[in-house]
Amino acid sequence: MKHLILATLLAGAVSSLAHADSNNLLQQYAQQGAGTPSAQRGQAMWQQTFAGSGEFSERSCASCHTSDLSRAGRHVKTGKDIQPMSPLVNAERLSDERKVEKWLLRNCKWTLGRECSIQEKADFLAYIKDAEAI
Amino acid sequence: MKSTLAISAIIFTVGIVTLPVVFSDNSFESREGESHNSDVASISHPLYKEECGSCHMAYPPALLSTASWAAILNGLDDHFGDNAELDAQTHQTISDFLTGNSADNSNYRRSRKFMQGIDANSPPLRISETAYFKRKHEEIPAKMVSGNSKVSSFSQCNSCHQDAQKGVFDDDNVRIPGYGRWDD
Repeated sequence: MKHLILATLLAGAVSSLAHADSNNLLQQYAQQGAGTPSAQRGQAMWQQTFAGSGEFSERSCASCHTSDLSRAGRHVKTGKDIQPMSPLVNAERLSDERKVEKWLLRNCKWTLGRECSIQEKADFLAYIKDAEAI
Repeated sequence: MKSTLAISAIIFTVGIVTLPVVFSDNSFESREGESHNSDVASISHPLYKEECGSCHMAYPPALLSTASWAAILNGLDDHFGDNAELDAQTHQTISDFLTGNSADNSNYRRSRKFMQGIDANSPPLRISETAYFKRKHEEIPAKMVSGNSKVSSFSQCNSCHQDAQKGVFDDDNVRIPGYGRWDD
């Protein structure tokens, strides 16, 4: 029981850490001109398919991460397991601003063929942050 | 005299205590990350593991030439079709690590073999494109690798080489998922 309380407290602390970081990023996006972030728009874009070249003519975030953020994914090219995206089941997610920015840059370029706009990044973040609420 | 005896006793005791440590150090861990049965050094570079090991196994630098690593690092915005670009500082740190520990900058038997036939003017961009790799894997039927959903391709060394992350690639440690040991 004691362990359970401790684990719950710890998980709570870590998840609020993730929240602090994603809220901070959302604030920055707002300062850079993003309107109110929309988790619904983020989710729609997450599942949208984009045209790609070569081996992967159709690409979407779900290609690697699946369309359920609480599930583990698989890198579509290398086959390596990818831990779930939702901070509600994977406390490491959204806990490091630098990492969030790095992956948004890399993965928008691959999936959409371009960088994401500030608004799109805010929407993705809102979606990932509170996936369970949708 | 008494004090000399006492000092000798201390030295003796310390010697006994530290001896096994020193012994095991010399026989099993001659260098950091390199155990006696490792082919090449295991990966112990946290930044490299994080940046490159998120999408695929963090390959041991000693399996590719300096020229190969340089070519790979120069094209990270199109890294086998994926975007793997790094900020300038991270790029430099990882570049130093990979080229500093490359096959031609290592003295492992396995590294020397991987260097055989490498043309520095058109270096291979994959470990699996080297002549040595091809020779070592040529007898393995496609159904066990590309036709095996648990393996998919040769790029996942650790699917079959169970201790690949520790730098161990000998045949004894091979277990092909769905097929078991590999006896050649």
